[in-house]
Amino acid sequence: MDVVLLSRIQFAVNIGFHYIYPPLSIGLGILLVVMEGMYMKTKNPLYKQMTKFWVKIFALTFAIGVATGLVQLFAFGTNWARYSRFVGDVFGSALAAEGTFAFFLEAGFLGLMLFGWERVKPGLHYFATICVCAGAHFSALWIVVANSWMHTPAGYKIVGEGMHARAVVTDFWAMVLNPSSIDRIVHVTIACWLTGIFMVISVSAYYMLKKRHHSFTKPVMKVGLWTAAIALILQLISADSSANIVAKHQPAKLAAMEGLYKTEPYSPMNLIGWVDEKTQTVKSLKVPGLLSFLVSRDFETPVTGLDQIPKDEWPRVNIVFQSYHLMIYMWCIMAAATLLAIYYYRKKKLEKQKWLLRILVATVVCPQIANQVGWMTTEIGRQPWIVQGLMRTSEGVSASVNANQVAGSLTMFVAIYILLFTLFIFLLDRKIKNGPEEKGLEEMVYRDVLKKE
Amino acid sequence: MEVGLEVFWYLVLGLSLIAYTCLDGFDFGVGILHPFAKTDLERRTFLNAIGPVWDGNEVWLVIVGGALFAGFPEVYATAFSGFYNMLMTLIAALIFRAAAIEFRSQKPSKTWRGTWDWVFSIASLMIAFIIGLGLGNLIEGIPLDANHDLQTHLFTSLRPYPILVGIMAVSLFTMHGGIFLMMKTEGALQKKLTIWTAKAIGFFIFWYFLTTCATLVYMPHMTERMLDHPALFLVGLAALLAILNVQREAWKGRFGSAFLSSCLGIGCFIALFGVGTFPLLIRSNINPDMYSLTVFNSASSVLTLKVLLIIVIIGIPLVIGYGIWIYRIFRGKVRIDPHSY
Repeated sequence: MDVVLLSRIQFAVNIGFHYIYPPLSIGLGILLVVMEGMYMKTKNPLYKQMTKFWVKIFALTFAIGVATGLVQLFAFGTNWARYSRFVGDVFGSALAAEGTFAFFLEAGFLGLMLFGWERVKPGLHYFATICVCAGAHFSALWIVVANSWMHTPAGYKIVGEGMHARAVVTDFWAMVLNPSSIDRIVHVTIACWLTGIFMVISVSAYYMLKKRHHSFTKPVMKVGLWTAAIALILQLISADSSANIVAKHQPAKLAAMEGLYKTEPYSPMNLIGWVDEKTQTVKSLKVPGLLSFLVSRDFETPVTGLDQIPKDEWPRVNIVFQSYHLMIYMWCIMAAATLLAIYYYRKKKLEKQKWLLRILVATVVCPQIANQVGWMTTEIGRQPWIVQGLMRTSEGVSASVNANQVAGSLTMFVAIYILLFTLFIFLLDRKIKNGPEEKGLEEMVYRDVLKKE
Repeated sequence: MEVGLEVFWYLVLGLSLIAYTCLDGFDFGVGILHPFAKTDLERRTFLNAIGPVWDGNEVWLVIVGGALFAGFPEVYATAFSGFYNMLMTLIAALIFRAAAIEFRSQKPSKTWRGTWDWVFSIASLMIAFIIGLGLGNLIEGIPLDANHDLQTHLFTSLRPYPILVGIMAVSLFTMHGGIFLMMKTEGALQKKLTIWTAKAIGFFIFWYFLTTCATLVYMPHMTERMLDHPALFLVGLAALLAILNVQREAWKGRFGSAFLSSCLGIGCFIALFGVGTFPLLIRSNINPDMYSLTVFNSASSVLTLKVLLIIVIIGIPLVIGYGIWIYRIFRGKVRIDPHSY
């Protein structure tokens, strides 16, 4: 394999693994603010216990998120040096803002949130929790801004030529508020909330199945299901708006998402299908005119197909098609499960529907899968560009790094990530099985495990 | 005024590096000293001494990396791709260290904790060494061509001089961590730390002497500016005096002042590095005058530097403000409670 492909795989592995954790900490962050807020208001120790339980899970998630997030800071320079030189001027300010305003808020107050229960007054502790949550959100905001610029560049000019060409900022706010920024921030944030909400729903369903912690699970389940319903509806609206931005600025990506090779009236939307890239045909279940309607609110207006775009600017069609559709299926599963659960909850029969509770336990992976394939859609859909229309991915790779080096580091990352993921699941499972009650902690603290018998 | 922006940003970068090495530096030191503590309670005391702050300390690394990417993208791209293997090792060590701190306390089993203890210690040692190794490479220079690309192999960054600086960094951070722990502990453990730290100081002074000799003999470019402005020799002297003062303050039981003195020492070393290398950021040993990356030929555009300036003016006081606040909340001796590691 060549160095470009290896570097792309390495970046995908790094960012894909990293992206398991931040959505979880953003989603859980919001829930912590809500739970601790309930405690502040009602002084009911139940809420405090709940908050403490989820804070521990948050800490575990956050630690791996930071460790794998640091990799991203290096990843641009190590493997994408020419890209970094090209975009440095633009990217720099967004990343500096992220580091200074967002990450510091999050990591700085995390210590207080984790260890400060007995050190500071409850109000101050709650303030720390809010800061951690706000930091997590700001962080996502600036990173998505930087990424959006790669899809819809704005507020820049190109200086220099060939190897020495650089994108230089001319208008900071035009760069930050580039055409796709706002829509993508909203889409990503709602997805993060869903990730946190379904984690909580899943754990609550597990406790219901095991008939444990009854006093905890019922109120949490109720809040979880209703917020899930609201977030899922909001996500549908945001998805529609995001797709319109894609249609306007990245027609090749949209065409690949639906396998649209020909530009013709009544452009169809596929419910399920398979793209044969050799014959340029799509075997699928189609709804004619739906894509036209979604893009231009009119069933007849044609949507730009790949035939309007030079062939050397096409992304790989089938993988974009499949990941995009998988994202939609995940939404459908979440929506169906939420709807059913709310129905049975209102009839006060949810706890007896073991089959549904088992499904709810499993839904924790749905937003995770949707996050991963969603990013695959948007990033692979932008190919062959690394910055839409300005720089090709093959031009962005480091000149001084060879394929062997990348193969070596990729092997290292895969090994580390397998280890980390196994440990994460093992510890998460232990924490959940231990439950929110704090029995036995006292003796654990003072037992010296290293002492020889 | 616009001429000064890149120099200003260079200073921000330097100060962030000082903040990072002073803060995360003691975390490395604690890690290096970790296996010398024998009981679980002692080791937990060590971990909980850095527990509430190490995450925040590590953020300074993000600031250093981000400041480099933002202010000097050329340098960021060249150094990070050029030192590929070294940085991949650093990343692995950073990940393992974070995992070790977080995972160790999760299971009260001897094998589990013993394993993570070693991971924590070795990872800390490696990070400390790589920081020194990197600075040593920047002093000696690397084969940088006109396109600012370079071909380094596994062992190009492992030359004698950078290794020397690496070992010096390890001893410096060990001392720094020792002082920090003396501040956070009491009784028998503190007595043991006094001895370990004194040894680390002796060890450091030996390597500092060696490194200084090697610099004077083999890296004459590092002393050019000092020979032009002899007053700058005081920075080197101040560094040595600060470290000697660490020992004096520790003897008198004034650990807070000892720690500040240690920070001052580290700050002086980074300043010394800056005095010797400015305006070069990456020295080309093929043709230092033509191919090197300097503060002036690698900086971002004026507009970006201005935006960065605004971010720094608003952001850094906040960062420092709540940093100090958090340290104040967790000041004093380590107390182990149910929320500890």
